[in-house]
Amino acid sequence: MATEILMPALSPTMEEGTLAKWLVKEGDTVSSGDIMAEIETDKATMEFEAVDEGIIGKILIVEGAEGVKVNTPIAILVEEGEDASALPASAPAAAAVTEAAPVAVEAAAPAAAVPAAPVVDLSPDWPADAEMTQQTVREALRDAMAEEMRSDENVYLMGEEVAEYQGAYKISQGLLDEFGSKRVIDTPITEHGFTGIAVGSAMAGLKPIVEFMTFNFAMQAMDQIINSAAKTLYMSGGQMGCPIVFRGPNGAAARVAAQHSQDYTAWYMQVPGLKVVAPYSAADAKGLLKSAIRDPNPVVFLENEILYGRSYDMPQVDDLTVPLGKARIWREGSDVTIVSFGIGMQLALEAADKLAEDGINAEVIDLRTIRPMDTGAIINSVMKTNRLVTVEEGWPQGSVGSYISSVVMQEAFDYLDAPVINLTGKDVPMPYAANLEKLALVTTDEVIAAVKQVTYR
Amino acid sequence: MAARKTTKKPNVSAEELKTYYREMLLIRRFEEKAGQLYGMGLIGGFCHLYIGQEAVVVGLEAAAEDGDKRITSYRDHGHMLACGMEPGGVMAELTGREGGLSKGKGGSMHMFSKEKHFYGGHGIVGAQVPLGAGLAFADKYKENGRVTFTYFGDGAANQGQVYETFNMAAIWSLPVVFVIENNQYAMGTSQARSTSTKDIYHRGEAFGIPGEIVNGMDVMAVKEAGEKAVAHCRAGKGPYILEVKTYRYRGHSMSDPAKYRTREEVQKVREQSDPIEHVRELLLSGKHASEDDLKAIDKEIKEIVNKAAEFSKESPEPSLDELWTDIYA
Repeated sequence: MATEILMPALSPTMEEGTLAKWLVKEGDTVSSGDIMAEIETDKATMEFEAVDEGIIGKILIVEGAEGVKVNTPIAILVEEGEDASALPASAPAAAAVTEAAPVAVEAAAPAAAVPAAPVVDLSPDWPADAEMTQQTVREALRDAMAEEMRSDENVYLMGEEVAEYQGAYKISQGLLDEFGSKRVIDTPITEHGFTGIAVGSAMAGLKPIVEFMTFNFAMQAMDQIINSAAKTLYMSGGQMGCPIVFRGPNGAAARVAAQHSQDYTAWYMQVPGLKVVAPYSAADAKGLLKSAIRDPNPVVFLENEILYGRSYDMPQVDDLTVPLGKARIWREGSDVTIVSFGIGMQLALEAADKLAEDGINAEVIDLRTIRPMDTGAIINSVMKTNRLVTVEEGWPQGSVGSYISSVVMQEAFDYLDAPVINLTGKDVPMPYAANLEKLALVTTDEVIAAVKQVTYR
Repeated sequence: MAARKTTKKPNVSAEELKTYYREMLLIRRFEEKAGQLYGMGLIGGFCHLYIGQEAVVVGLEAAAEDGDKRITSYRDHGHMLACGMEPGGVMAELTGREGGLSKGKGGSMHMFSKEKHFYGGHGIVGAQVPLGAGLAFADKYKENGRVTFTYFGDGAANQGQVYETFNMAAIWSLPVVFVIENNQYAMGTSQARSTSTKDIYHRGEAFGIPGEIVNGMDVMAVKEAGEKAVAHCRAGKGPYILEVKTYRYRGHSMSDPAKYRTREEVQKVREQSDPIEHVRELLLSGKHASEDDLKAIDKEIKEIVNKAAEFSKESPEPSLDELWTDIYA
């Protein structure tokens, strides 16, 4: 049967090209792999190979022809004994292609102009009458890992110095003794490699906890976190998930300078497929880490070195979990909303105490999970207070706060009585000198000043 | 690339030979059809064809047992067909349709099958190497006796993460076969211009990982080496490296004019070392099959491929709400 040879698309962007040269003539026999023509694309001159066997019955486009559209018949291939002249020189194949691949265009529904107040989950995470003891964030994180490792054989911990050294920051203290070296694994200093190995093991059904000694070193492993862990579920059409937790201290510690003092929250927050958690208190650290380990998705769990040694109330309940994606209102107020997370909460709460002395009643929201973000809790609060200040340690351009600002503008613009202020770290690499480092970080005084600005005091 | 040894009498049954012939031919015809559909604009973006390398994956699959895992790079269509994934599902993924193995959301470089233990299809050069070691890590953790085939090219062999992985695979004795599919060109850069060592598997020696060169144009040689490597891994001796010397006939991707090598070089390999022709000759000269028998196989394969192509054209584009699904489990 005669077949039409069509002008091929020879690059992802090619729409038309020049038929530079025919290397066969009518009557020539060709077989698979033979070069038939040279075609100039938008990028290069390409050799065009035959796919089927046959005889060149007729050449439809002469050499030198420019602007030949992709899928235009350029020649007719016949079998032995067939006559090309009997064939209609039409382009049905090209038409068929257009029909077969319709580009579906449908306008997305416009976002509702005036949203109703969002439904927000305000339920307590543990019973109000739960007995409280004091526990450090460090112990809370260790207990969370130990409890989950006891209940699920597939959970294991991997990282630098997590086993025999008991953790560079002593988060994994005692875990090697309890779970052995099969499940508490010291790695070489090789973040890119061991992160990839952990991600691969998660695809095969294990539930790894990867400890980065600090998140600064996770930049070495960024490709595996984003391209392998976060995107695979989508790329596989939902077949291949990656239940994994990446955890470790994030942000500035003290006097460790630029390469060891970066807040990565805004980076990870951008990535669909990742969940991003940044706890402040010990109870949240424990409850959120347990939820993160159980979550079937990759979770980036951002801790803070300065908070590790701080003690907070820890409810004495069995199997404490805190759901991901739910903010916590630490302090109710009516004059202004302060939104923060992680160590920024310390500044927000200190500022709120001082502001109360001046008669300004601040509502303080701890995001706890940055992605998915409980924007409903923020909007609900702004509808009440009409003013918003966000607080974080990271850099200003593309910050968590700037995302919150855009959401609030779109969904609660009419409720705002003042421009939103995003407090961030200064737009500089972290300096070493004590006085400069202090200057680079966001401070409680800055929070107080910003609140006074948005409340026009 | 090593010249094919046609003098050696293979210790292989006629049925096995026919199976290899059929499986390699399926990959070749499938890839030719994919190239054609690309030319017609039905397949978009990047499309990396496996033509010329068929014996590598067919030989190694013959050495695999049920439940063993495999993972590879973006030149992945052959691996999927060889491990038994549906040709129609693969082709429909190439055309970006609902019936594709990733529902049209992955494309040529990103397909997976839990059922066939195929873990992708990865688009970042070298990234699949630690992932593959991770699959083996999980098998060792579960003590299930499985082995993972981790495929990568001569180009990926210059990525740092490969050596991070060699180190950990060795210290943890992971049951992983590292298969270096050395087709001699990392996109347009020849191995001589990019790689300090002539035989890449030697780099494993620095980590105490044994390995060997395999003639990748001889499917029996590949199978034999594969069996040796798998036995090493299954015995708990840790990783093994197979550097399989092979050749890709087509460009790196569809838009590669391949000016970095001569037409003659390609022709010479095609004429003298083609892995499919090799088996075809063995079948005919050993009187294991007649020309008619082989024609019948050719016809059968052509039908499978045409059916896959038809399916890939008829399957509708994914529904628009698929944009928002499968982001979180």
